[in-house]
Amino acid sequence: MKPAPFEYAAPENVEEVLELLGEHGEEAKVLAGGQSLGPLLNMRLATPGVLVDINRVEGLSYLRSGDDVLAVGALARQRSIERSISIPRRWPLLHQAAPYIGHVAIRNRGTICGSLAHADPAAELPAVAVALGARLRIRSARGGREVEAGDFFVNYMTTDLAPDELLVEARFPPLPPRTGTSWKEVARRHGDFALVGVAAVVTLARDGRCERVRLVYTGVAPTPFEAGDAEEMLSGESPTRELFGEAAERAARDCEPGSDVHASAAYRRHLVRVLTKRALGEAVRRAREEG
Amino acid sequence: MERRRTIRLTVNGIRYEREVEVRKTLADFLRYDLGLKGTHVGCEHGVCGACTVMLGDASVRSCILYAVQADGQEVLTVEGLSSPEGPLHPLQQAFHEHHGLQCGFCTPGFLMSALELLAEKQNPGEEEIREALSGNLCRCTGYEGIVEAVRAADRTWDRG
Ligand SMILES: Cc1cc2nc3c(=O)[nH]c(=O)nc-3n(C[C@H](O)[C@H](O)[C@H](O)COP(=O)(O)OP(=O)(O)OC[C@H]3O[C@@H](n4cnc5c(N)ncnc54)[C@H](O)[C@@H]3O)c2cc1C
Ligand code: FES
Ligand code: FES
Repeated sequence: MKPAPFEYAAPENVEEVLELLGEHGEEAKVLAGGQSLGPLLNMRLATPGVLVDINRVEGLSYLRSGDDVLAVGALARQRSIERSISIPRRWPLLHQAAPYIGHVAIRNRGTICGSLAHADPAAELPAVAVALGARLRIRSARGGREVEAGDFFVNYMTTDLAPDELLVEARFPPLPPRTGTSWKEVARRHGDFALVGVAAVVTLARDGRCERVRLVYTGVAPTPFEAGDAEEMLSGESPTRELFGEAAERAARDCEPGSDVHASAAYRRHLVRVLTKRALGEAVRRAREEG
Repeated sequence: MERRRTIRLTVNGIRYEREVEVRKTLADFLRYDLGLKGTHVGCEHGVCGACTVMLGDASVRSCILYAVQADGQEVLTVEGLSSPEGPLHPLQQAFHEHHGLQCGFCTPGFLMSALELLAEKQNPGEEEIREALSGNLCRCTGYEGIVEAVRAADRTWDRG
């Protein structure tokens, strides 16, 4: 299939992008990596009147970790996470999850911010952003604002972004000391969207107890799902296999997976149990290595 | 803003200037406007990998990229791997020798994905090869020959 006709603009600076988005509102779509928008256009599931291609905008492709925050520009490609030197060390969760996003050719084009803006509940980066407490910088011709990742995802493929807004930057704070992270997922084949995925972030206190735990899932709710009860249960406790099992039960109980052609809700719950235990085990081990 | 645009790009070392509809995919542009039919179109939504080409130094799906987006850039398609007079590129030769293809529909995409892998990495492990090729589907061969071919090409390709 071919896309329905559209008007195309490839502005060279952010102001122009914002002007175009302001002018065309609902009619316009931002074209970043095009790895989700392209298929939607080809299948005519989306028929925007105007495409605002941001690929020619100077200075949006950065991954900057200078001031202890990792700042990710709107055009930074998913593949750049794998190539970065500082990310594996300082934002390991991003590095752990990235290889699971589609295939190399997809990650070569797909952007980090585009994945957040697209908000597919099966996608890795939205869950990672919530688990890491990322902050999202948003701009429009009306002004700028910042939103926490946890408040950004509203519903299935729906975010807090208004039609005239551009997600210009995602900011990932540094991990506290003695923190370990883990990404686990089950997909039918490498590169396919996962049936269920989980991000675990565990910070240990000096005495080895869990100080803070975050567990955020893909594929079990319309938005990234944070297992608040399981997180709370673990904090202040010494990490043990029994406790991980109990946390896994709570996460499986509280999530709200659907059934589709790929997996039943019951199977997804089963995966939540299995993956939670594995992810917690790995995150704790890594937190201990952090010493 | 417009529905047609004039673009200038280099494909397999040759410079072209063409006016295109902005909604034309790079795959269709290569096939129909430039007559380079080695790049195949299967699923047209990024899944099968048959349309994979190199844009600059990165592999991309040309079915979900618009020709206008390649304006000012360099594209390498399967036709650019070797000249008609030969010799074949070491990857092509290895696919030939190790039964890496049957009908050949998926082959150009596999060659481009493998090219990117081997250009970045010498002596990749079997898992790495399989992962790098996981975005390319083949209905005929069952992948064993393809993986073997990539391994062989890794040994024979003098990256100089
Ligand atoms: C075969 C295949 C397999 C894939 N597998 C996976 C997978 O396993 N996991 C996964 O997470 N993803 C997967 N993807 C999706 C891919 O990662 C996309 O790249 C990503 O979801 C969207 O990013 P993009 O930059 O391509 O955005 P685009 O496709 O350009 O845009 C997507 C949407 O977000 C909007 N948008 C983009 N950027 C901005 C911005 N800065 N501000 C405001 N709005 C914006 C667009 O208007 C559009 O509505 C797959 C894609 C394909 C084709
Ligand atoms: S035709 Fe492009 S990926 Fe299938
Ligand atoms: S050789 Fe026929 S599809 Fe791969």
